[in-house]
Amino acid sequence: MEVSKEEILHIANLAKLKLKEEEIPEYIKNLQDILNFANIVNKAPIDGLDTAIGAIDNYNVFRKDEIKVFEDNKALLQNAPEQEDNMFKIPKVI
Amino acid sequence: MNITDLTVYELKEKLDKKELTVKQITQAYIDRIIEKEPDVNAFVTPLTDTALEQADKIQEKIDNGEISATYSGIPIGIKDNICTKGVKTTCSSKMLENFVAPYNATVTEKINAEGMIDLGKLNMDEFAMGASTEYSAFKKTRNPWNLNKVPGGSSGGSAAAVAAGLVPWALGSDTGGSIRQPASFCGVVGLKPTYGLVSRYGLVAFASSLDQIGPITKDVRDSAMLLNVIAGHDEKDTTSIQTEKKDYTKALKNDVKGLKIGVPKEYFGEGINSEVKAALEKAIDEYKAMGATVEECSIPIADYALATYYIIACAEASSNLGRFDGIRYGYRTPNYESLKDIFVNSRTEGFGAEVKRRIILGTYVLSSGYYDAYYKKAQQVRTLVKKEFDKAFEKYDVLITPTSPTVAFDIGVRSNNPLEMYLADICTVSVNIAGLPGISIPCGVDSQGMPIGMQIIGKHFDEETILNAAYTYEQRVKFRDKYQPEFKNK
Repeated sequence: MEVSKEEILHIANLAKLKLKEEEIPEYIKNLQDILNFANIVNKAPIDGLDTAIGAIDNYNVFRKDEIKVFEDNKALLQNAPEQEDNMFKIPKVI
Repeated sequence: MNITDLTVYELKEKLDKKELTVKQITQAYIDRIIEKEPDVNAFVTPLTDTALEQADKIQEKIDNGEISATYSGIPIGIKDNICTKGVKTTCSSKMLENFVAPYNATVTEKINAEGMIDLGKLNMDEFAMGASTEYSAFKKTRNPWNLNKVPGGSSGGSAAAVAAGLVPWALGSDTGGSIRQPASFCGVVGLKPTYGLVSRYGLVAFASSLDQIGPITKDVRDSAMLLNVIAGHDEKDTTSIQTEKKDYTKALKNDVKGLKIGVPKEYFGEGINSEVKAALEKAIDEYKAMGATVEECSIPIADYALATYYIIACAEASSNLGRFDGIRYGYRTPNYESLKDIFVNSRTEGFGAEVKRRIILGTYVLSSGYYDAYYKKAQQVRTLVKKEFDKAFEKYDVLITPTSPTVAFDIGVRSNNPLEMYLADICTVSVNIAGLPGISIPCGVDSQGMPIGMQIIGKHFDEETILNAAYTYEQRVKFRDKYQPEFKNK
């Protein structure tokens, strides 16, 4: 499995990560190593098997659609890197 | 008598008989932490400053009859990816270095309702991604048996703290072996419950379809006792299952006559250290001598399961960790002009290398063009793994394998080789893929005196059978009476 520089940069961009020029070869190597190993799934006898949704088949778990207010606004906002007037602050987007 | 050598069962007996007070117990643990934590580095956030105050309050409640929970006044340590209101929950990541959880995880609520005393938050691999706790952004935890060795991971802080007597028991989390493998490396007992038995609400998500919280304890009885506290349905976690409340200590019968044990040969082949193999074979002979039926069997999915694990776990991680964007909580870069800069630079600067490697792998296998080749295939292999285990459990009550192919390795030797670190998870990951319960208990030491772990795997929601199998072996072999951590290379 060959991973090109363009490909790894595309993936990093999708993941919202920036790779330094000097880190790129190592990230490529690590990704190739694990993909080469992971390719074994293509040899598994899985013809006709369904895709699993998880460990336990547990479909459509519903609860009542009730609004529950989280009261402790202060505790939430104290984790905000930047805030103003009880709101999260971000740079201007328009 | 050394208070910090006692199991929780013994501590509780002494509390009930008023031979010990909550304050004496808490003070003993604080003294032990002051003495040993500089060698072990198990804690990210110790709460020793507030523990005595907590102890006084709990003692008062006990004396006034205001609290009647079973484990009131028993100290505990909690892995640092489990939310504790008002206390930092860092996941050992720079990303969450200053994150103070605004709410409690359901398990934390249960611990608090018992009146247990939280001694602190325990170190781990960043976001639970790793097998040695070396990927913590803050510190390297050392193995109490030999301080030059890793404690395993990702719940390395929890296992090392229990082994070193810094806490009487602890909570860990297990996505691909992160409770069982460090328990094995540190000579303690680690239980990964069936997926859905314990609520994941308030556990910082790594791979939601695999993650499960469980106990790390000195012995099997304590494991059953802590499972009693944390198990149960929670409407805040839709994957938690409605099951009847059980008292798991009742399953500890000290009898395995007629127990049908399968020994899958795939977990005893190439790559398994010969001393580990020999210790397991000896343990299996003990089971035979105790009247269990033992048979070699085949579950030919080990390599597929490992590959599937890394595809599924990383895919889910890449999605779960998408929430870290530098806006509402967590690290925000000082270097930005636009909103996109905040996202990209906060994530690039806030995550460590291993987390980024896994996000990249996860993003790759979910990306257009590769989804069918990797992710979809892995989900089909997951079905195959489940079927193979179902088949095995038609014949056997439990399966026995090593917990890890090797004993604890030296600090630094594997941290630069990600694939090698991944391959060491071969014995544990298939249990998470299939959602089964698994327990690791010590079954001997190697020629260097490092503990070896045996894994016992059970049927879905049949924790009772693996706990009893583990307990019966433990009673016969009495590992803790023979071996204790020596803090070598201090």
